[in-house]
Amino acid sequence: MKILTGNDLKTGAVIWWTGVGWSLDVNESADVGEHGAALVAREEGAQKVVAAYVVDGEKTGEGIRPAHIKERIRALGPTVRLDLTLKPSDPAAADWVI
Amino acid sequence: MVDVQFRFREDEAVNDPAVTVDAFSQQTNATAVRIEPGDDARDLLPHLDRLALVEVSFPAWTDGRGYSSARILREAGYAGEMRAVGDLVIDMLSHLRRCGFDAFAPEKALNEEDARNAFDRWDNVYQATVVDGRQAIWAKRHPA
Amino acid sequence: MYKYDEYDQQMVDTRVAEFRDQVRRRLAGDLTEDQFKPLRLQNGLYLQLHAYMLRVAVPYGTLNSAQMTLLGDIADKYDRGYGHFTTRQNIQYNWIKLEDTPDILAELAKVEMHAIQTSGNCIRNISSDQFAGAAAEEIVDPRPYAELLRQWSSFHPEFLVLPRKFKIAVIASETDRAAMRLHDIGIKMVKNDAGEIGAQFYAGGGMGRTPMIAPLIREFVPLDQLITFSEACLRVYNRYGRRDNKYKARIKILVHELGRDEYVRQVEEEFAHLLTQPIEPPLAELERIKAHFVDPGFDANASDDLDLTDPDFRLWVERNTHAHKQAGYVIATVSLKPIGGIPGDATADQIRLMAKLAKDYSFDELRVTHAQNIVFPHVKKADLYTVWKALDEAGLSTANLDTVGDIIACPGLDYCSLANARSIPVAQKISERFGSAERQAEIGELKLKISGCINACGHHHAGHIGILGVDKKGLENYQLLLGGSEGADTSLGQITGPGFTEDGVVDAIEKATEVYLANKEGEERFLDTYRRIGMAPFKEAIYG
Repeated sequence: MKILTGNDLKTGAVIWWTGVGWSLDVNESADVGEHGAALVAREEGAQKVVAAYVVDGEKTGEGIRPAHIKERIRALGPTVRLDLTLKPSDPAAADWVI
Repeated sequence: MVDVQFRFREDEAVNDPAVTVDAFSQQTNATAVRIEPGDDARDLLPHLDRLALVEVSFPAWTDGRGYSSARILREAGYAGEMRAVGDLVIDMLSHLRRCGFDAFAPEKALNEEDARNAFDRWDNVYQATVVDGRQAIWAKRHPA
Repeated sequence: MYKYDEYDQQMVDTRVAEFRDQVRRRLAGDLTEDQFKPLRLQNGLYLQLHAYMLRVAVPYGTLNSAQMTLLGDIADKYDRGYGHFTTRQNIQYNWIKLEDTPDILAELAKVEMHAIQTSGNCIRNISSDQFAGAAAEEIVDPRPYAELLRQWSSFHPEFLVLPRKFKIAVIASETDRAAMRLHDIGIKMVKNDAGEIGAQFYAGGGMGRTPMIAPLIREFVPLDQLITFSEACLRVYNRYGRRDNKYKARIKILVHELGRDEYVRQVEEEFAHLLTQPIEPPLAELERIKAHFVDPGFDANASDDLDLTDPDFRLWVERNTHAHKQAGYVIATVSLKPIGGIPGDATADQIRLMAKLAKDYSFDELRVTHAQNIVFPHVKKADLYTVWKALDEAGLSTANLDTVGDIIACPGLDYCSLANARSIPVAQKISERFGSAERQAEIGELKLKISGCINACGHHHAGHIGILGVDKKGLENYQLLLGGSEGADTSLGQITGPGFTEDGVVDAIEKATEVYLANKEGEERFLDTYRRIGMAPFKEAIYG
């Protein structure tokens, strides 16, 4: 699947396109198919997101897994500061990015 | 031709067609020249006496060669209009002025109020560029 | 240290207002991201992997305790309780909101700080020797010259949109602690035969994709021509530096392609012309600045005695302190490299504690080092144990300066949007494997540097051991380099061979240290042994 990520213009937070809006949770990502570029133009133009781009992802039993480690780290947070990630209470959270 | 949106000169604007730096040295009747980023402004030094308008082109504002071109011509004594043309952004206007530009023809008109604020932004400056006639902070700290 | 006058204060205040206006126009949609990006970068604001990142300038690495305290407060108020000290002696925050940045800059301006030109294709914050004004062997204090250059380079109208970033370092000691020749311009203050102070210029050094050591371009620039000569160097670069390819746009490529002699010829020609222009500040301005850098009121009767009965304290003194020019004082370095920690990170509380200790015991002064540590430049030996105790309680007493645990690491793929691989986890594993006092003592001085991509922010080319993270078909992979150095004996590391996994590279380092220990003669450091015996035995041990 194709998923769309970017940063919130005002806060800089990593966000994922859900089909109707933006979420902090990669697992809420929608498959944007061929519409990625048009969505990027629209959402950037509306001052909602910055530096948005489309990446490959895969639906797994545990949720949506971006194809590349870079976006997996984006989705989680810094692996060396798990307390600051979206899974602060999961000591094995960093294993997911590898 | 793009319109001049801001001009800081009292004299009548020259609107002769600007020719390339190469053509200028050949065409002895030309009075206006357009300097592209890759041109050497010093090629014009032998012809300063017949120059009435210099356009310095900024195809992209992030290419800063035009700042040096303008300042070099001013340092050599060129006193006619120095016009910045092309991709001009509000936030660089005062720096362009400091390098000797006194006319501005942005390809897309700039917000008038924001631009005026930008021109007036810096009450003081750290360097002497000489060509802007402004006194540097160090000169104010040590009046002669 | 330098204190702003009304002009300096007005300049930073004006910049805050300008940036506030730029952010307003961005949020209102008057500026697109493409237009805004170069502007925000000139104010040190990046968009990183997880959020905006703000890099705050620490000019030539010197700051006072009020400034340091505020850096801690900003970490709490606007970030997530910590900051990261960088290899260019700055500090950066990883979790900044765009809408907060004008307020952060306004708070910084109140203590004479800013983020001006900490990024972007302009002249960056000027770095210097972290022991300036304290080191026993320096010719002069380099910081007044750095401050003169700071003012000249701030908002220099001709040099705000250069082909690429431009980094200047100024030193004034034979011992180079600032990697001076790995800068776009390196300046070494020297004394000529007539006993006059002047500046020796090197140009065209740098790391990144194409590491180069800067050649000497002028033996001696008199002090009353320092700005004019710098302006000539920059003008030639602005006009002729490549703009067709951002990876070939640094001045090192220009100097390399023209050849050092031709670059020098062009600079000298421009210099001769610029000398006709009244652009040089009077020497009185340099004198005014110098007056801010006079020695603090040292106690001439301070005792040279030091009670070293506490073995942990003794180890720290041996490892982390340096001789001071004043009897009875030392220079103390606080390592921000605890075993298993994140190199260069400090919590808000640690930052404020270091500020307080500097106020009480180091004449209100701190330094940031390019190795991502903090220095108390002037500590009385009689106070040293008290200082160490306080550091120890705050987890800041790691005694590992310049050893295998004192690793320089860029933020890597954990934070950086340019990175190809993570750097910090590798640094953590290395420091855990080799960081014990015994192993450290056995291995001795070993400068280890890690970059998560070819841009080399972690200075891997200049490490006795360097590690470069690369992306190998979507997997993190690490190349190993040996034999780099950044000091007076600057050299560039050589790649050992094929890359490794994260654990593999730690094992490879273990083998490299074994080769060193087996071949070491006398007091040789790792680097000395490598230089003597060459790459082959290391390669054989690592890959054989």
